Amino acid sequence: MANGAMDDASLNTATTSIIGAAVPRIDGPFKATGTAQYTADFHFPNLVHAVPVQSTIANGTIRKLDTAKAESMPGVLLVLHKDNIGKLYRVIPNDFSATSSEARPPFEDTRIFYWGQYVAVVIAETLEQATAAAKAVQVEYDSAPASLKPSLADYAGKRKSVSKRGDVNKAYEEAPVKVDQLYVTPVETHNPIEMHASVAVWDGDNVTLYETTQGVWNAKLAMAQILGIPSENVQIITKYLGSGFGGKLFPWPHSAMAAVAAKRLNRPVKLSVNRRMMFSNVGHRPRCEQQMKIGATKDGKLVALRQDYLNHTSFIDDIDEGCGECTPYLYSVPNLEVTSALVQRNTGTPSPMRGPGAVPGLFAMESAMDEMAIALNIDPVELRLRNEPEKDESTGQKFSSRHLKECLETGREKFGWSKRNPAIGSMRGTGSQAGKILGWGMAAASWGAFRFGANASVELCPNGRVCVRSATQDIGTGTYTIFAQVLHDKIGVPLDRIDVFLGDTAHPEGAMSGGSWATASCIPSLVMACDNAKRTLLRLAVETEGSPHHNHDAAKLELTSGFVHPSDQPYHQGIPFEEIIRIARVSGVTGQGRTVSTFEDPKAKDFSLHSYSAVFVEVEWEPDIARLRVSRVVSVIDGGKIINRKAAANQIMGAVVMGVGMGLLEETRYDQRNGQPINGSMADYLVATCPDSPTIDVTFLDYPDLVMNEYGARGVGEIGLAGVAPAITAAVYHATGIRVRELPVRIEDLLKSNIREA
Amino acid sequence: MNQFNYLHPASTDQAVSSASSDGSKFIAGGTTLVDLMKLYVENPSTLVDVNDLPLAQVESLPNGGLRVGAMVRNSDLAFHPTVKEKYAVLSEALLSGASPQLRNMATTGGNLLQRTRCPYFRDVTAGPCNKRNPGTGCSAIDGFNRTMAILGTSDHCIATHPSDMDVAMTALEALIFIEGPKGKRSVPINDFYKLPGDTPHIENVLEPGELITHVEIPPAISTKQHYLKLRDRASYEFALASAAVVARVEGGHIHSVRIAMGGVGTRPWRAHEAEAVLTGKPATPAHFQAAAEAALRGAKPHTENAFKVELAKRCVIRALKVATA
Repeated sequence: MANGAMDDASLNTATTSIIGAAVPRIDGPFKATGTAQYTADFHFPNLVHAVPVQSTIANGTIRKLDTAKAESMPGVLLVLHKDNIGKLYRVIPNDFSATSSEARPPFEDTRIFYWGQYVAVVIAETLEQATAAAKAVQVEYDSAPASLKPSLADYAGKRKSVSKRGDVNKAYEEAPVKVDQLYVTPVETHNPIEMHASVAVWDGDNVTLYETTQGVWNAKLAMAQILGIPSENVQIITKYLGSGFGGKLFPWPHSAMAAVAAKRLNRPVKLSVNRRMMFSNVGHRPRCEQQMKIGATKDGKLVALRQDYLNHTSFIDDIDEGCGECTPYLYSVPNLEVTSALVQRNTGTPSPMRGPGAVPGLFAMESAMDEMAIALNIDPVELRLRNEPEKDESTGQKFSSRHLKECLETGREKFGWSKRNPAIGSMRGTGSQAGKILGWGMAAASWGAFRFGANASVELCPNGRVCVRSATQDIGTGTYTIFAQVLHDKIGVPLDRIDVFLGDTAHPEGAMSGGSWATASCIPSLVMACDNAKRTLLRLAVETEGSPHHNHDAAKLELTSGFVHPSDQPYHQGIPFEEIIRIARVSGVTGQGRTVSTFEDPKAKDFSLHSYSAVFVEVEWEPDIARLRVSRVVSVIDGGKIINRKAAANQIMGAVVMGVGMGLLEETRYDQRNGQPINGSMADYLVATCPDSPTIDVTFLDYPDLVMNEYGARGVGEIGLAGVAPAITAAVYHATGIRVRELPVRIEDLLKSNIREA
Repeated sequence: MNQFNYLHPASTDQAVSSASSDGSKFIAGGTTLVDLMKLYVENPSTLVDVNDLPLAQVESLPNGGLRVGAMVRNSDLAFHPTVKEKYAVLSEALLSGASPQLRNMATTGGNLLQRTRCPYFRDVTAGPCNKRNPGTGCSAIDGFNRTMAILGTSDHCIATHPSDMDVAMTALEALIFIEGPKGKRSVPINDFYKLPGDTPHIENVLEPGELITHVEIPPAISTKQHYLKLRDRASYEFALASAAVVARVEGGHIHSVRIAMGGVGTRPWRAHEAEAVLTGKPATPAHFQAAAEAALRGAKPHTENAFKVELAKRCVIRALKVATA
């Protein structure tokens, strides 16, 4: 509370409000019954199928591409490649009006930059015919040596200073207690359950692209640039997403391939990216190598913090993972520097993955803090508490609403941390955990809070229903439901009379589903659209002859539960809003709303806007067989006001499970000879399964952050993942004595433990 | 997937005669074969569907053993009362494998012929593979080999045999019954699988057209049994090391014991040397350790899988400890 400039627990919305309630997803029944149409489910008369041909080298050029055999095969309609794709364009670089994932449009030239790069695409009547013909395209390459080495350590080039204050090197040298370690996170591949797909349908000069995108509006603008057509000619539709984790933020080359093929054939074309292609063509979290230096006084006050990180990128795009995301403001430390550099490798282009920068960055930061706590012989929770800053020391801004201390204290209490014996391998399980060693670890985490420009249109309909439209999309986490909740809160009609239309650029430009900002960005536009619709309705109520409120003062009317009534009378004595619409002989009443981004909001500029969390992890360890599982996680989230408790808890639980994968399982491996992601399948690339999922206890502190919007919501997409991996490795160390600084923790590491028996 | 003929014979005789042509494959549950066909690793010209053959019975034999039809699904076998009672090691092995959906499809005969999960074998674009294309070379030896075998390998192939069921069947000394163009025969499971040598594409003794009809499991030497599977995650992953143990303990001494290992060999790996170390000895940790050392004595690790030697030893020790308890 001490640092909260504008927040106050007493401002929490009353518990009877729908804002904050555990509202089941309004789209749940459609998903449960299979009637929700995901992109690859769209089918049209005369639709044909596209299957890409992929490079089998990682670096070089195409010498010869022979499509004759493929073209002669049954059902084949077209083979597109560099000689016949026609003109495609790059999206204007570093211009935030539109973004593509990979700068290079498909088949731009003969150059190959990574294994799996598209070199041609076959379109045939059926998927099977296209698949068979794609195999028959003969490609000869002039192969060049590829840069594939996982380690980035031999980088000797320049580094960019990301954040700097004080004299970190001097302070580190003089610090009585030091930690200096290298932390490595491997390439991870986004594996949303729904794979990428594109279905292209042309009507004259207009194209409708059914996309798997986290940003329909950006996709519209980017695809217009790539195809070289006016943006009004491009409509993007994404009705449902089976998540994206950042891999679906911006268009990938396959969308342009589908669009060109559909135009050329004048038939709808479907291109589904398969799971194997997901590992090479649609992004990944890059490998990060971070050298951390922390200096502290003997009583645990940080005096120096230095983070020098490298991440790999492709030869096509410069993607900085941003590992210094949280470092400059998380703790109070007078001397600090963060530097970065990129190292090119022959892989596809990396892309943001849940908590980009912060997630690998906090693995390094929080691991180093755990090592510092051990070096100081101070409890790791206590070390964090001792270094709580008064303000954002990187910018001098006040924190809008920072409750990291309460996250730590609440988590410590809920987890039972006071029972922890810090000696390695000292704790034993009981009951179902009998015979196992327990390890307890923790970490703090943070993620930025953002509000981007967004628009919404609310319509009071003559049938008594309320509609809302916005060209944002529901990534799968509950955006449809949150829209309905806000409308219910503002207009009062029950949820089953609210229709939410998202995922279509026919609607007003909405927010991207990324960076945990969709909810915070959408709320102001929704509130404003509701207010505007309400104002117009009440004006009609007093201006329209025949209205029971004719010639009354609109300021003394209210809209409650769908009834227009005088403020001093119960709402059910008023009349339903649809009656006003009927009497006024209008087709309905609409209101438009617009959100101003935090970057353009003078009020927001004074504040450092972030979410916080504390994660406490228990691992159970059977030393004789080196079997280690995460058994229990307590996650305490300071994510602003929670709009939907159920959907938010679901996100945090999912993030914890993802964190188990990051900590113990996930790593994309590239064959060092040809650059192929060699474990590119769901059997070989390991993610956590249900039996790997621990017991998860989620707590939301629920302090509204009123700089963000009138409810005080920030967003919870990434904060739940950010601290999990370092808390796991801290717990692993506590159980086994093995400090793993390169993820994931493997059996190979655990076998080195000196503890052989529980 | 390429085009293929599809035959649906009504009898075993008919199935055998249909499948004797080159390029024919039997299809049972299809959980491996259809995968590999989609990946263009298997390209059969004819599929002979054996799903309707009368081979789905589990029957007790007069000698106390069990006869398991080739078409008995993994789930049905795992939960069969006799299997749970007398062959717990088999039930445990079956349930440690794959997922419920796969176990509902996968069959006893099919699992005996399960093919390796070596990523270089399973991907036609992943470089040479002697198992897929004899004589081209082995990509795994100098490549991603963390999951590869450390026992029974050759300079031509280090692919791990992936099955759990076959490891338990090996410890139970199952007998495999085969019907083919030249008649019927039976082969002990330990003689069924071939080492890769310089012909890694030949994985077992089956001749063209031969069909596994059933398996006979002799009475187990003891109901003291255990299957232990070690892997990175808790479910849906092939073994990094596994052990099937059947042990007869009398007065604290090991009268006789059968040990087989999975996840470490190019075939289900019977550990005769370890059995010899233990026979007649007290069931103590020191003897378990000696047995484990013997079991892994010939291990030959590659760049990324040296840890499997230690892991397999610990697996054997724990399985012995549990089985003999």
